[in-house]
Amino acid sequence: MANGPVWVFAEVVDGRVAPGALELLTKARSLGAADVEAVCLGPGAREAVGELGRHGASTVYISIDAGFVELLMGGPGADTLAPLIATRKPELILFPGTHDGRDLAGRLAAKLDLPVIANGLDIETGAAITVTSTIFGVTQVVRTEFGERRPALALFRPKAFTASALPAGPAPRTVEVPAVIDERHRRARVVDRSTPVATGPALEEATVVVSGGRGLQEPANFELLHEVAGLLHGAVGASRAAVDAGWVPYSMQVGQTGKTVKPTVYIACGISGAMQHTVGMRGAQAIVAINRDPEAPIFKLADLGIVGDALTVLRQLRDELRSRSG
Amino acid sequence: MNVVVCVKLVPDPNTPGQLDPETHRLRRDLADAVLDPGDEFGVEAGLQMAEAHGGEVRVVSMGPERAVDAVRKALAMGATKGVLVCDDSLRGADALTTAKVLAAAIRREPYDLVITATESTDGYSGIVPQALAELLGVPAVTFASEMSSDGSLLTATRQTERGSETVVTGLPCVVAVTAGVNEPRYPTLRGIMGVKSKPLERLTPTDLGLAASVPTPTGQTVVSVTMAGQRQAGEVVRDDGDGAHRIVELLARLRVI
Repeated sequence: MANGPVWVFAEVVDGRVAPGALELLTKARSLGAADVEAVCLGPGAREAVGELGRHGASTVYISIDAGFVELLMGGPGADTLAPLIATRKPELILFPGTHDGRDLAGRLAAKLDLPVIANGLDIETGAAITVTSTIFGVTQVVRTEFGERRPALALFRPKAFTASALPAGPAPRTVEVPAVIDERHRRARVVDRSTPVATGPALEEATVVVSGGRGLQEPANFELLHEVAGLLHGAVGASRAAVDAGWVPYSMQVGQTGKTVKPTVYIACGISGAMQHTVGMRGAQAIVAINRDPEAPIFKLADLGIVGDALTVLRQLRDELRSRSG
Repeated sequence: MNVVVCVKLVPDPNTPGQLDPETHRLRRDLADAVLDPGDEFGVEAGLQMAEAHGGEVRVVSMGPERAVDAVRKALAMGATKGVLVCDDSLRGADALTTAKVLAAAIRREPYDLVITATESTDGYSGIVPQALAELLGVPAVTFASEMSSDGSLLTATRQTERGSETVVTGLPCVVAVTAGVNEPRYPTLRGIMGVKSKPLERLTPTDLGLAASVPTPTGQTVVSVTMAGQRQAGEVVRDDGDGAHRIVELLARLRVI
């Protein structure tokens, strides 16, 4: 690894540092770089500095302009980081594969003509920088080596690494950088935000996830999933098919374009197991699948597969769990 | 409103693709190829915009000669004309190269709105729409699950990890739509018959003035492709009334209950 620092793009969500940044900082510490630094844009960046430092950032570049949240992140973020990249010359920038992470990495790649690799699961540095990712719904593993152009940009799937904090040390250096927000980026504005009210544990953090797909026949049947998940102190997820049908909000979607979960147990109900979905849940410690179709691909990765009617099995499961806890 | 929709020919998602272990490129000979199902939503969204506000829908694609099938499907759905950028030098092109080629093809004529899918079903890097917007110098609204326009401003619902946001943007802009944004129409017989009379251009990077800069020489190289370690399939049983009990036993064994 050459002399330039490794950067991590850190997001702040609801006043908290998003988990992806801490996972990536933890990994960045092991890459043999002279410096690990974080970049955090928008209101709340200053408050994030301490936690980013505890996870390995020696310097945190912040820019607290409201434009990063009132406008879209991609354009203003890329324009703000471009001059900083020119002076600090990072070797590598790690991004969480979130919506804003993708927007920013895609913009930067085009703006500065930089190589970018998406969907990373692991990274190694040595003579070259090599990113491991999976394609075709994790059936094949691809290792891709960056060329010589720097910085290399790499996006990682959620939970690709496990975050761990360092023992207490000196606070990181905070460097405030001016926001560069071009007039053309002011043409697109975020005028409203809505967050569905959630009860129980967050989907990404739950020990048990009970997920439903189109096999549940109608949206009202998701209520049964909520009952079972409630009894298990778990969360409810969904396949893209169920979300696309408008049955449940996108925030419940598990899969390539949704959330990645790694619970102790994942219970897939009426989900066929398209690659789109399995990318987001195959890291579960145990997978249970209930589906009418004995040929459903989900059974190929289930530890326990039940061929049968998901609603019938779920009702019995609910009743048995109630009688145990009763 | 003149709309450009970017489309891609992909291996049929129902028959998973394979990379050639020698060339590290997609083995297109093995797979049935179709218009990316994600792109059908983009074509439909473009058609609806043009129907509401007047104007035409131009379809732009980059890919092998066979990708003409994807363009033809979009024309059969109702698009006005199509462009396919096709050249040996573009084989294995990365996301940035793809964006450069699409941007050059889009710029050849005036446009108000560029629509893409969120990500392709085969490569799914999910960064082409943003790179495209940067090259075109316009805003990009990604993960759009709804959009409407009054002809000069566009309002879109953008999915976020936690919920959604409403974005209002001036035109021109790039919008990357999610699956489910609409119900894509099926090509009618008349639509299919009409494809032959619609303009369909084949271009090379040289035609677009790109020969020197595409593909990016400083990009990346695939060094290996291997099969992923598969999860072992466990026990599959037919539910004879004890399915729920089997699940409870498993939950207890894992100390979840």
